[in-house]
Amino acid sequence: MSSKPRIVITGLGLTAPNGNSLGEFRANLLAGKARIAVIDVRHMGKHPAGVCDFDATKWQKRKEIRNGTRVGSISIFCAREALGDSGLDWDKVEKSRVGVYLGITEHGNVETENEIHNISQFGNDTKYWTHHHNPRTVANNPAGEVTMNMGITGPHYTIGAACAAGNAGLIQAAQMLQLGEVDIAFAGGVSESIHTFGIFAGFKNQGALGAHEDPTKASRPFDKNRNGIVISEGGAIYVLERLDDALARGARIIAEIAGWCINSDATDAVLPNPERQTECVRMALQRAGMKPQDIHIVSTHATATALGDIQECTALRNVFTDCPDTKINNTKSFIGHCMGAAGALELAGNLPSFEDNWVHPTINIDELDPECAMPGLVINQPIKVARVDTILNNSFGMLGINSALIVKKYGVA
Amino acid sequence: MTKDDIKQVVLDIIADIAPDEDLTAVKPEVRLRDQLSLDSMDFLDIVMELRKKHGIEVPEADYVQLASLDSCANYLLPKFEAKGK
Repeated sequence: MSSKPRIVITGLGLTAPNGNSLGEFRANLLAGKARIAVIDVRHMGKHPAGVCDFDATKWQKRKEIRNGTRVGSISIFCAREALGDSGLDWDKVEKSRVGVYLGITEHGNVETENEIHNISQFGNDTKYWTHHHNPRTVANNPAGEVTMNMGITGPHYTIGAACAAGNAGLIQAAQMLQLGEVDIAFAGGVSESIHTFGIFAGFKNQGALGAHEDPTKASRPFDKNRNGIVISEGGAIYVLERLDDALARGARIIAEIAGWCINSDATDAVLPNPERQTECVRMALQRAGMKPQDIHIVSTHATATALGDIQECTALRNVFTDCPDTKINNTKSFIGHCMGAAGALELAGNLPSFEDNWVHPTINIDELDPECAMPGLVINQPIKVARVDTILNNSFGMLGINSALIVKKYGVA
Repeated sequence: MTKDDIKQVVLDIIADIAPDEDLTAVKPEVRLRDQLSLDSMDFLDIVMELRKKHGIEVPEADYVQLASLDSCANYLLPKFEAKGK
């Protein structure tokens, strides 16, 4: 990719179940603080879930919140916070040259379930079905709500990529910047999935819904007694620019996008394929011009399902052999699975490592599953390392979509 | 149900669908859109809430009757009376 413009991250906004800013999120990751609530899921009773508590009214009028969607509010909060973090002089930005690219696992389930419930109170008479349903459920909704809130007139759309969506949003933005389609991109991933019972029911009936008497321990990737996914909401949106543009305006450069790959298993709807995951990671490394030994942190996708974790560990062991400086962690153990936001949030939680050289762990491991043992896995306690220059962020999803995104500290060769 | 009661019914609905608006000085004879930030979707919300909360149907051809609080009261009064309210 050397002949293409270099792409950098110059801003970041997020909401996670354990933090509404990167500083709060990072502090909790280093302190080992998970935050998972127990919520009442329609038709299903109480289940652990990651709930965000950002103040939507910070950036939206109450009417916007009422007419829009939960994921629209998450997106607007993250995008506005990213803008503030970027230092861009928004009044002087040409809004037609700004794009919004948001990864989503799914969209529309929440509003459709709500309306089905609503009309059930009126004998299923569809004249009580809200006229807000279509603008709330079109697949571009979260990105579109951002453009309306911020007056952005460039392109906007979502990237449906199951649970690889957070990476996919960032990759799409990098590609559009390299093509010159936009000058500034707001990109990442978002999710409102805890508000749809269908996702809970689907995972439960698949035998993949996590549970534990202590909700903060329900999400425990790599633990021998893990029993499934904790569903969470959240979002992380980045400001991306071409390096030359960022330097010209004197922007603070948080990280550089170094390489990526998205590929497909083409084998099974839900069962991951470690062979394709291996190929995905290797291709991302090749495109970044890196060897496995060059990666200092691998942020795993592992969701705490019985088989999925083992498959990813198999792929990582295939690639990261003889890599003494490569540390491996997992963020879902703190916040659950934020679905479309997962990849973007998990990358965010690791970015401060470029400055502080700390690597947050994967927590909730009481007994490491031998099949998940990997050299470099950081277990339960953060570790300080000599340097962190590179992060490889894995994010995989149903229908066999795999993504690996590599970012590096700016200024490192 | 008086016309003033109906105006309050409409104001209560608007307070719900447009919570950022100051409704303390709404002039009943002036078009709602000329004094509040309401769009076509908001008027559809008013129609929906009248249907849900009060069983009142407003055909599309009559939406113009919801232009002001006064016109709402005049148009809706016989509908509320027909409901025995």
